[in-house]
Amino acid sequence: MYAFAYHRPATLKQAASLLRKTEGAKALSGGQSLIPALKMRLADPPVLVDLGGIAELRGIRLEGTTLIIGAMARHAEVAAAKEVMTGIPALAQLAAGIGDRQVRNLGTLGGALANNDPAADYPAAVLALDAVIHTNKRAISADRFFKGLMETALKPDEIITAVAFPLPTRAAYVKFRNPASRYAIVGVFVAETAGRVRVAVTGAASCVFRVKPMEKKLAGKFAPEAIAKVRVAADKLNSDIHASAEYRSHLITVIAQRAVTAALSGK
Amino acid sequence: MNITVSMTVNGKPVTAEIDPRTLLAQFIRENLRLTGTHVGCDTGQCGACTVHLNGHAVKACNILAAQAQGATLLTIEGVRGVDGGLHPMQAAFREHHGLQCGFCTPGMVMNAIDLVQRHLHPAEEVIRAGLDGNLCRCTGYHNIVKAVQAAAARMAADTTAATLKQGGQA
Ligand SMILES: Cc1cc2nc3c(=O)[nH]c(=O)nc-3n(C[C@H](O)[C@H](O)[C@H](O)COP(=O)(O)OP(=O)(O)OC[C@H]3O[C@@H](n4cnc5c(N)ncnc54)[C@H](O)[C@@H]3O)c2cc1C
Ligand code: FES
Ligand code: FES
Repeated sequence: MYAFAYHRPATLKQAASLLRKTEGAKALSGGQSLIPALKMRLADPPVLVDLGGIAELRGIRLEGTTLIIGAMARHAEVAAAKEVMTGIPALAQLAAGIGDRQVRNLGTLGGALANNDPAADYPAAVLALDAVIHTNKRAISADRFFKGLMETALKPDEIITAVAFPLPTRAAYVKFRNPASRYAIVGVFVAETAGRVRVAVTGAASCVFRVKPMEKKLAGKFAPEAIAKVRVAADKLNSDIHASAEYRSHLITVIAQRAVTAALSGK
Repeated sequence: MNITVSMTVNGKPVTAEIDPRTLLAQFIRENLRLTGTHVGCDTGQCGACTVHLNGHAVKACNILAAQAQGATLLTIEGVRGVDGGLHPMQAAFREHHGLQCGFCTPGMVMNAIDLVQRHLHPAEEVIRAGLDGNLCRCTGYHNIVKAVQAAAARMAADTTAATLKQGGQA
């Protein structure tokens, strides 16, 4: 690791001012992506601002038809929270399938979204559920948040504070996971919210994306056979040692159909 | 610039001045000289470095010591049974041959104890999924799963006995 100065502020305001003061300063949440990056010297922030001591970033609550999850909520907390299990069971299930137990005990929602790994799970949920990302400066819609390979709409000194998820009428996430890394080779989140259907795919390309032709078909008929013939072209998908672009293209349709079936069965 | 960290480790308060880059695993092994916590991969994959941070299993190689400021930490050295001898999980690993070289064992035991505390009677699939973050190059896992099942039964019996002793309801 390159040397850095470490701060552990108690309030969001202090954290924001620390991030603003030094160019290249970075927030630290669970550290499950940032610590490995620091070890490999892929990142060299002169200052780390640990958000772990800020109480206002915690908490999970239901407000009417919206589920609000604090940025520092650990994956294990989201997986086990009653509010999530009753409000959006698909989201609890997604959180329970991230990495392994030890990773879930540290990793956070805010960190996972800010990181925007192309194979991460949460971005698919946020995009399909049309969630709103709240920061210390503004509210950002999911469609405008994910910008590209590990790139988001966040400014360097901007801190995610919470995410607001509108409750769907039905939803499901199915992940075809890489058994070694546990990340998604292809993951599809399907959600129907207030009569509109959204389908988001992670793991397949450089950034999470929606499949609008599938959304249109499913809005007409919410059934797996409705999308059996919709294919995402391979030319924009990833090819790597885990899977070819053609294979991923095939998988997206298969996994999306399984997600629709799961959403229909309410499991 | 060095920073000061304080935490409670295996029931004892500790304070030290450290480089902020110090990993929790490094702090435990090199500052506290508690070398039961192993470092296998140092990349967050193998689970050999698993300890309990405020009662939750975490990989000590993937967190800064500074992030554990004020926390309560339990390492394999602090694990023991109600009678002061081996913890049921340790005894079960021995009895069921849940280890060969023993390198993965401290991490396996720490994660398994946390798992059983949250799933009182875990099915085999729950155990296998729960130990997903711990790699073993020797055993092939079968005897580890058997050990965790046996320990879970013992731990449930111990909890019942302790509750009855306190005059509560099991
Ligand atoms: C072995 C292993 C397996 C994993 N498997 C999976 C998996 O299957 N699926 C999956 O999705 N992920 C997986 N992960 C990643 C894990 O989910 C991380 O926890 C997550 O990606 C990052 O969250 P964090 O809280 O640890 O963030 P950190 O590592 O602390 O931070 C990540 C980035 O986000 C920034 N950041 C953090 N918090 C905020 C905030 N509130 N506002 C703005 N910026 C912020 C940091 O500056 C940094 O750039 C795995 C990790 C490991 C080590
Ligand atoms: S040494 Fe920490 S996970 Fe391998
Ligand atoms: S007993 Fe040798 S690695 Fe598990």
